[in-house]
Amino acid sequence: MSATGHSIDELVGNFELLGDWESRFAYLIDLGKELTPFDPVDRCDQNRVHGCQAQVWLKIESVDDGRINIVADSDAFIVKGLIVVLLAIYSGKTSEEVLAIDGQAQLDRLQLASHLSPTRKNGLYAMVQRVRELAELEKAI
Amino acid sequence: MSVIDASIREDFPVLTQEVNGHPLVYFDNAATTQKPRTVLEAVQRYYEHDNANVHRGIHELSNRATAAYEAARERVAQFINAPDRADVIFTRGTTESINLVAATWGDANLQTGDVILLTEMEHHSNLVPWQLLAHRTGAELRFIPVTGDEGVLDLANIDTLLEGVKILALTHISNALGTINPVRDLCSTAKAIGALCLVDAAQSAGHLPLDVQAIGCDFLACSGHKLCGPTGIGVLYAQSHLQKVMPPYQGGGEMISKVEFQVSEFNVPPHRFEAGTPNIAGAVGLHAALDYLDGIGLQAIGQHSFELAHYAKERLAEFDGIRFFGPTTEHAGVVSFVLPEVHALDLATMADQQGVAIRIGHHCTQPLHEKFGVPATARASFYCYNTRDEVDFFIEVMQKIIKLIR
Ligand SMILES: Cc1ncc(COP(=O)(O)O)c(C=O)c1O
Repeated sequence: MSATGHSIDELVGNFELLGDWESRFAYLIDLGKELTPFDPVDRCDQNRVHGCQAQVWLKIESVDDGRINIVADSDAFIVKGLIVVLLAIYSGKTSEEVLAIDGQAQLDRLQLASHLSPTRKNGLYAMVQRVRELAELEKAI
Repeated sequence: MSVIDASIREDFPVLTQEVNGHPLVYFDNAATTQKPRTVLEAVQRYYEHDNANVHRGIHELSNRATAAYEAARERVAQFINAPDRADVIFTRGTTESINLVAATWGDANLQTGDVILLTEMEHHSNLVPWQLLAHRTGAELRFIPVTGDEGVLDLANIDTLLEGVKILALTHISNALGTINPVRDLCSTAKAIGALCLVDAAQSAGHLPLDVQAIGCDFLACSGHKLCGPTGIGVLYAQSHLQKVMPPYQGGGEMISKVEFQVSEFNVPPHRFEAGTPNIAGAVGLHAALDYLDGIGLQAIGQHSFELAHYAKERLAEFDGIRFFGPTTEHAGVVSFVLPEVHALDLATMADQQGVAIRIGHHCTQPLHEKFGVPATARASFYCYNTRDEVDFFIEVMQKIIKLIR
């Protein structure tokens, strides 16, 4: 479970209940509001994930018992919502677990693809890529 | 009311579709415009009846293809009031046209200490080629500043800015702001000190009547796809006397008159600058596009887009805290804005769910956005087939989105 307390199964279940785009986006936006915004100092180049049309920052907050806790922030609501989904998939896992996850398959479970442009999907995969890089670094330590 | 009737929408097959269950509202015209049936048919007809390579064969089809290609050149010359059809070089688009000038005229004429004068509102296409040239030659880049959010050129220090300038390259209409720059005055000021002038007409060609002789520019660049024509065809207007002394751009077929193993002699302009098989079908489509636009009237098109943009601004002003970028009174059919707390990306994503296509981002004018201190703006840009009803629908969509977010 991630910092926002959601599991991916729970999110997938909730998305399945929502029919039209309005309720799906409203839910995504509400999820995004649960994220704690980064301090200005953390909204820095080092934490910046490039490849998204909005600004995204992502970092490791702590590592407990080999479990990597990830936090992230964005200046766009929908992206924040997607970050909550991403953290549900990846945060609180060991680096081995993170690297073993098929991120795309997990994201596809939400069936959001038809609502997201290819550029947006690139942004999402840029975030996944960053998470995997951080996990690689942790593993090497 | 506008002089353009909404019935012209029927000329554009793409506009009849639904997107995400809603009628398509296409407000991304500054990026590219839709194509009328006459253009699609002209391209189709060319391939069905006349397709052959140009300037080479002595057979009937090659003759027809060559005639069609050269007729398009003639038509472009007429459209921009060029003195001679040989002043028109076909390119892939505005970007290639500007790169061509920077690489040929630029490399041959600039050296350390020379100044290239641009403006702060240039599209990356009219910035990066000059950066590359400056890097190659040691020339210096200088910029005419843009005032605050109203986004007009600050010409207070133009005389100082012009010192040492060899070429002034500026956009006629800003794609990010809708500003219409006083290109005629600026060209004459620059010419007075012996500088050349290039006008980036990507956003003005097809939006207002263009007259290169009245503007007084040496070069003018535009893209077919932004004026109802196909992608992959564009124009560089270059005065004949300059073309004569410009070295070739790319090497290959068409651009030579005699080739030996070690050296070649080059064809006369404009063919010297059109290496390889050109986009013949594109030129044919462009010809049809110019006919189509002239049939409606460029004055009317410009007025129509302006009125829609003006109306959109009026309606958008209903949203608390909205910040507009670009001039308030005289401008082209472009509206750029940011809303407090609503990221342009959220706006565009949810607008798309309702069939509304707008652009977000820095619109290829990253330094300008840096200056404004905003990473991304939302932009709605209009053309002859857009309507007030569509603007009203867009406003409804925005209201819905803001309710969802707040
Ligand atoms: C002002 C301006 N200049 C240049 C360009 C580049 O045109 P193209 O991509 O067709 O070469 C654009 C297109 O967005 C533009 O708006």
